[in-house]
Amino acid sequence: MNIQLRFFASIREALGTGQEAVSVPAHVQTVGDVRTFLRARGGVWAEALAEGRALRMAYNQQMTDASARISEGCEVAFFPPVTGG
Amino acid sequence: MAIRVQPQDFDLGAEIAQLRANDARVGAVVSFIGTVRDMNEGAGVSEMELEHYPGMTEKALDDIVAQAKARWSIFDALVIHRVGPLKPLDQIVLVAVTSAHRGEAFAACEFIMDYLKTQAPFWKKEQTAQGARWVDARVADDKALAKWGISSANSGGQE
Repeated sequence: MNIQLRFFASIREALGTGQEAVSVPAHVQTVGDVRTFLRARGGVWAEALAEGRALRMAYNQQMTDASARISEGCEVAFFPPVTGG
Repeated sequence: MAIRVQPQDFDLGAEIAQLRANDARVGAVVSFIGTVRDMNEGAGVSEMELEHYPGMTEKALDDIVAQAKARWSIFDALVIHRVGPLKPLDQIVLVAVTSAHRGEAFAACEFIMDYLKTQAPFWKKEQTAQGARWVDARVADDKALAKWGISSANSGGQE
């Protein structure tokens, strides 16, 4: 499945990229699976997306939790807790 | 209902005048402005950079205003949030609400601000004498939203 990835703020800086188009294998079915899949790249990916680290996720530009199902062409974003206002 | 995400500054008087123009039903206007402090977490702040998630930001703010409208009988609401580089004393955010009576406008304005703090995708990076740092989310902001009956774990429990 082909999906679009977006990264923001400290996560974007740690990964050195703000977006990426990626093809994920069939067993990657949720936003949480995408996080695990990316973590397996090791290095800064394992660190920035580490389990237990405060991280928020969005599916097609809506806040979500790890259980959200992904779909062909969807946009999945990872970013730190928000600090606007 | 208007949402604007912009690098430019805004003028409270002009915005309020436009918000309530030709609407004689309005008996109350409440507004909040957030500004850049020169001190945060014990360090002097010389500059701040505001990043956001274009597209999602506007959707999130639209949703927040819609929820306020569903809870209180308000006539109109305006949210302006600046992005890009800002300096101490600069205005960051404006929330303004009109209603017939003050109670609804006060509550809706505070609700929109509390919601925005933990659910709209903005991030602040501060320049201090010790270098640049991303601002940490605050548990107090999650607690502020909790008083409206909405749970938020934005801060991840970090004090």
